[in-house]
Amino acid sequence: MDLFEYQARDLLASHGVPVLPGGVAETPEEAEAIAREISAPVVVKAQVKVGGRGKAGGVKLADDPEAAKARAQDILGLDIKGHITHRVMVAQASDIAEEYYFSYLLDRSNRTFLAMASVEGGVEIETLAVERPEALARVPVDASVGVDAQKAAEIVDAAGFPAEVRDQVIAIAVQLWDVFSKEDATLVEINPLAKAPDGTVLALDAKVTLDENASFRHGEHDALEDSAAADPLEAAAKEKGLNYVKLDGQVGIIGNGAGLVMSTLDVVAYAGEEFGGVRPANFLDIGGGASAQVMADGLGVILSDPAVKSVFVNVFGGITACDAVADGIVSALGLLGDEATKPLVVRLDGNNVEEGRRILAEAAHPLVTVVDTMDGAARRAAELAA
Amino acid sequence: MSIFLTENSKVIVQGITGSEGRKHTARMLASGTAVVGGVNPSKAGQSVDFDGTTVPVFGSVADAMKETGADVTVVFVPPKFAKDAVLEAVDAQIGMAVVITEGIPVHDSTYFWAHAQGGSTRIIGPNCPGLISPGRSNAGIIPANITQAGKIGLVSKSGTLTYQMMYELRDIGFSTAVGIGGDPVIGTTHIDCLQAFQDDPETEAIVMIGEIGGDAEERAADFIKANVTKPVVGYVAGFTAPEGKTMGHAGAIVSGSAGTAAAKQEALEAAGVKVGKTPSEAARLMREIVGG
Repeated sequence: MDLFEYQARDLLASHGVPVLPGGVAETPEEAEAIAREISAPVVVKAQVKVGGRGKAGGVKLADDPEAAKARAQDILGLDIKGHITHRVMVAQASDIAEEYYFSYLLDRSNRTFLAMASVEGGVEIETLAVERPEALARVPVDASVGVDAQKAAEIVDAAGFPAEVRDQVIAIAVQLWDVFSKEDATLVEINPLAKAPDGTVLALDAKVTLDENASFRHGEHDALEDSAAADPLEAAAKEKGLNYVKLDGQVGIIGNGAGLVMSTLDVVAYAGEEFGGVRPANFLDIGGGASAQVMADGLGVILSDPAVKSVFVNVFGGITACDAVADGIVSALGLLGDEATKPLVVRLDGNNVEEGRRILAEAAHPLVTVVDTMDGAARRAAELAA
Repeated sequence: MSIFLTENSKVIVQGITGSEGRKHTARMLASGTAVVGGVNPSKAGQSVDFDGTTVPVFGSVADAMKETGADVTVVFVPPKFAKDAVLEAVDAQIGMAVVITEGIPVHDSTYFWAHAQGGSTRIIGPNCPGLISPGRSNAGIIPANITQAGKIGLVSKSGTLTYQMMYELRDIGFSTAVGIGGDPVIGTTHIDCLQAFQDDPETEAIVMIGEIGGDAEERAADFIKANVTKPVVGYVAGFTAPEGKTMGHAGAIVSGSAGTAAAKQEALEAAGVKVGKTPSEAARLMREIVGG
């Protein structure tokens, strides 16, 4: 889960990382009130989970509360690369003497954590990494050891931070590690980490990504979720505990196992090329045990998607037997009754496949077509959606 | 021969008394696996009955190893307790820990992987279906009745695609099929399996199944180019996955230009791997290579 800047800022501040005073506003009036409290020039920043908001007009300076209100008025509702701005952060504006960069992240390739730091912050770090890789220090962090003051000093010195900020940055590096490890983050990034003219170092912008697998030990993270931005179908699916992702095509997909479902999307897209570019409408993995209720819930969500023209149910009976899946489909259609209005193409293979196909043949539901192969079934589903 | 798991493997189950552990222990036993014990710290000294077979429960992995000579553990314990379970197995120096549990925080898996470095435990998974050497042993949840022993080696990030591929090539059979898991950080990689299959005299050809996210397939491609002389057929899932959306597996996410299926396919083909556009096409390509 990616956090908004204001959420990331609050999280960093709660672990002691120095930040400037500020708050989040959903209306121009709230923005004005926050600016009044700060009683100094402020910066009004669009809260969207996408880069390049400055260039898109989503970051503005305001000298007084009235100007903050006006700038918030401009920015709220702004469409930044398809992300509508619902909130702005109002923070005290800071003069900047120098801009640095500091982050911790999961390094998948090396199965470890990585600290990255640079004294050339404030720019796109991906660009810096390509153009001046020598300016970006990369220091592996052993997950079973972590970052203490000594390790932090190693990182800070590798990046060549100037002597006058060294101790401050070391302290921030330890605090930021606290955020990374205790909050179960996979990314914490401060960019820029700024030196103010008076020599104070603080975090002016931050990005945090949290690991949703760790939510069982972070009940407080639930509140950080941006439920307003979720696709309504994704929200409905989540409520039913379904692993669903909305896509932009016409063929609804249900399958078991993440890999098989991903593969099903691809096979449908290939088959769809023949039928004017028909594409999968969603990802839905109903997991190993495809019970009638799960099948009904899944079908319910998919059939309520107005973009869906046909549905492809692709199940390999590994742990689950195909007869149980077939029973699930038949009872799901029974449960849905008149709500089931779109043609279903079903492909079953694996455990007890003959019995599964027999059950579907016997039920002879007018909407259901059974096709024996995955490629053939994908083709039929695409054809029905064309 | 087979890789990692043989007819001599002695298997214990951590979490044997839970519903998943119990269900899959019964399946492992039914397929002829030597399940010699289970572990549950609060139920030491008890036993669990599986249709005529009585499996003793031990208080720790170390105790189970001492009493039974077990060299493989299959971990079914819930995400909350999985880190401690794996650390216990690693500290007991068991030969292999197969971590089936789905949903382990990546800080925990990265920790136990780091802790296992320099030790004697091979970790498979987490979030994986385990591995099977058909006719010999089955450590995990892969259905044993799909296929038989044979000459193809299989390594895959995905469980159901593993089953699908075993099914498509069931008449030829498999030496070992390894589901390495779909998490961002996993113990045993494609490369580890490719090396083992290359060294296994019984394996004549290898199927490698990948999916979006990370750069494991690209690294495997480099490894194949330099080290693998046996024919390799590949399949990669996730061409239609949009950027920034996790596709079921925690690790299956395209970020920026990294981790796309197209990049993986290209790297594999450049290494001489024949890559199927669909699982069925990959199976056909394998059939052309091994005959039958």
